[in-house]
Amino acid sequence: MDSRQKEIDSLKDYKYGFSTDIENTKAPKGLNEDVIKFISNIKKEPQWMLDFRLKAFERFKQLKEPDWQKPKYPKIDYQDLYYYSAPKSMKDKPKSLDDLDPKLLETYKKLGIPLQEQARLNGIAVDAVFDSVSVATTFKEELTKQGIIFCSMSEAIQKHPELVKKYLGSVIPTTDHFFATLNSAVFTDGSFVYIPENVKCPMELSTYFRINASETGQFERTLIIADKGSYVSYLEGCTAPMRDENQLHAANVELIALDDAEIKYSTVQNWYPGDKDGKGGIYNFVTKRGLCKGINSKISWTQVETGSAITWKYPSCILKGDNSVGEFYSIAITNNHQKADTGTKMIHLGKNTKSKIISKGISAGKSDMMYRGLVDISSKADNSRNFTQCDSLLMGNKCGAHTIPYIKNKNLKSNIEHEATTSKISDEQLYYCNQRGLNQEEAVSLIVNGFCKEVLQQLPMEFAVEAQKLVGISLEGSVG
Amino acid sequence: MLSIENLKAKIDEKEILKGLNLDIKPGEVHAIMGPNGSGKSTLSNILSGKKGYEINGKVTFDGENLLELETEERAHKGIFLAFQYPMEIPGVNTNTFLKTSINAIKKARGEKELDAIEFLKLIKEKSAELKFDEKILNRQLNVGFSGGEKKKNEILQMSILNPKLSILDETDSGLDIDALRIVSEGVNSLRNKNNSFLIITHYQRLLDYIKPDFVHVLKNGQIIKSGDFELAKELEKVGYEDFN
Repeated sequence: MDSRQKEIDSLKDYKYGFSTDIENTKAPKGLNEDVIKFISNIKKEPQWMLDFRLKAFERFKQLKEPDWQKPKYPKIDYQDLYYYSAPKSMKDKPKSLDDLDPKLLETYKKLGIPLQEQARLNGIAVDAVFDSVSVATTFKEELTKQGIIFCSMSEAIQKHPELVKKYLGSVIPTTDHFFATLNSAVFTDGSFVYIPENVKCPMELSTYFRINASETGQFERTLIIADKGSYVSYLEGCTAPMRDENQLHAANVELIALDDAEIKYSTVQNWYPGDKDGKGGIYNFVTKRGLCKGINSKISWTQVETGSAITWKYPSCILKGDNSVGEFYSIAITNNHQKADTGTKMIHLGKNTKSKIISKGISAGKSDMMYRGLVDISSKADNSRNFTQCDSLLMGNKCGAHTIPYIKNKNLKSNIEHEATTSKISDEQLYYCNQRGLNQEEAVSLIVNGFCKEVLQQLPMEFAVEAQKLVGISLEGSVG
Repeated sequence: MLSIENLKAKIDEKEILKGLNLDIKPGEVHAIMGPNGSGKSTLSNILSGKKGYEINGKVTFDGENLLELETEERAHKGIFLAFQYPMEIPGVNTNTFLKTSINAIKKARGEKELDAIEFLKLIKEKSAELKFDEKILNRQLNVGFSGGEKKKNEILQMSILNPKLSILDETDSGLDIDALRIVSEGVNSLRNKNNSFLIITHYQRLLDYIKPDFVHVLKNGQIIKSGDFELAKELEKVGYEDFN
């Protein structure tokens, strides 16, 4: 096979694997106070923001990289990374989409994310983050009419400092674990959402993350605040070009739901998973945490994790307000040499709090999948309930599936239920589908989508279809 | 349409079919009767393309070497097997499965795929024809279905896919009279000068409703006798043991 054909073939496997040749402004390589000041300075941040970063960095220097996770990886040299990379054309921020570098628009078009106002047709507001900066937010005006703030984190720091100051780091403090603290020190951009009291956000809000530059870590920070009685549904999607080296992605996402508010957060993660031999791919080490601060509040995480060489994350809910509800719906798929150690934490603090965990893990090829979850009901959380269901589906006999549920119940009036199953796709099922005219891949896709149905149903309509296709594509070539 | 010459099949070193010959022309209904272990299911599995058999002999379907085709390619060409034990597929809605199936076949044939509305119309029409309760189609494929429901569902799929050659593998076993009626009506409604059937059964009962053109007795891996419907009656009287 000549090299061009090889390239075409590999592109077929991961269609988001192209990179865009664009001129970048980068911070000097390495991690130190000067680099942090560089980031803060280029973003024209106020002093309090720089102080936040430096405080985190002080803390970071004392922390040790954790090592308890199942998927091991070669040591990351944090001095050998770029912590800031932005397309040059962003230096003088474009005022509208029309001023954007056409190359950027082209990139997003290739990814199926039309940023231009045609996006109106889809009725979804999109914030697009390219490497370290947010490049465009659509539908801003329409949202503003209702008092909704949906903008990049950098812009929020400038324009809404009172909200950012109050809530940033309130769920994931700067003193948190290694990667979260690193993020607090060097985060570059991300999305900011504020939904005012009693406003139901009229459209899906969506952020699209794209890693483009090489040797660059991506550290986004997302903050979503749903004020009393409000509702928002938010979706993030991610892709990256194919590169031989591993790239680090360590985002922090904080959600805050006040009294009677609801946040629905969905993720379709399709970072580059590495090639068939396990070379390259993204390290997806993300901290996501939601605080149900008010009474009757609700936070629901839905994730479809198909990409990344290693996925290591536990989107969590802290159920502080009485009667608050936390949900976690997850599909995690690993194929070839991918590894995942993922799950959730449900921390019940308030009375009558409820949580539900539905996790579907699918492993194929030589991959390894771990569900790890914590349900913690405190002594004060009377009448609280948790229901957990963890199902694993194995394809072939070279992959692994593991489930480690940590259950702590310190309240006699509360109740925890845990169910788990492990199954295999049987040859008989495949034969039955083949006999009805489905080829092997169509059959696998159908069976797997059936297995994941409860989770797919949670996704917003527009994305459920995409996610279904993605589930099929990620498992291509895994049977027969 | 289907021609089987000297078909031999082994599984795990055990010889099951020992030189079977059979010819089915367009529009014909053939019944194969035989005792347990005579090779009836093996025959239907080999025709539909189940893997795991060591096969010798020649099988052609519309002039093409059937044994070289993948399982799904045989389905695309119009071979349908009503399973003796239909598989459960959790989470997959029966309607979705049917639509995926019919569109996979249409696509392979280069025909236009059905949209949701066309598909629902077809389903409604066919279930009414078979007096089949459509509610079952909103349930997960075969999950929690009774034995009879599973078999009826197979027949509904058959009538929707309208295959050239339908193989019914002991579809009648364990069915009550009502279900038996649905199965036979399903077959009779598809019967025309192009569609053929291979009905595998233990009992004469189903054949009373379907009236096959030919009856074959399969014993010990070979067809030992062929005849018309009268042969089935004779079998019922004498039993397999003493039939030679």
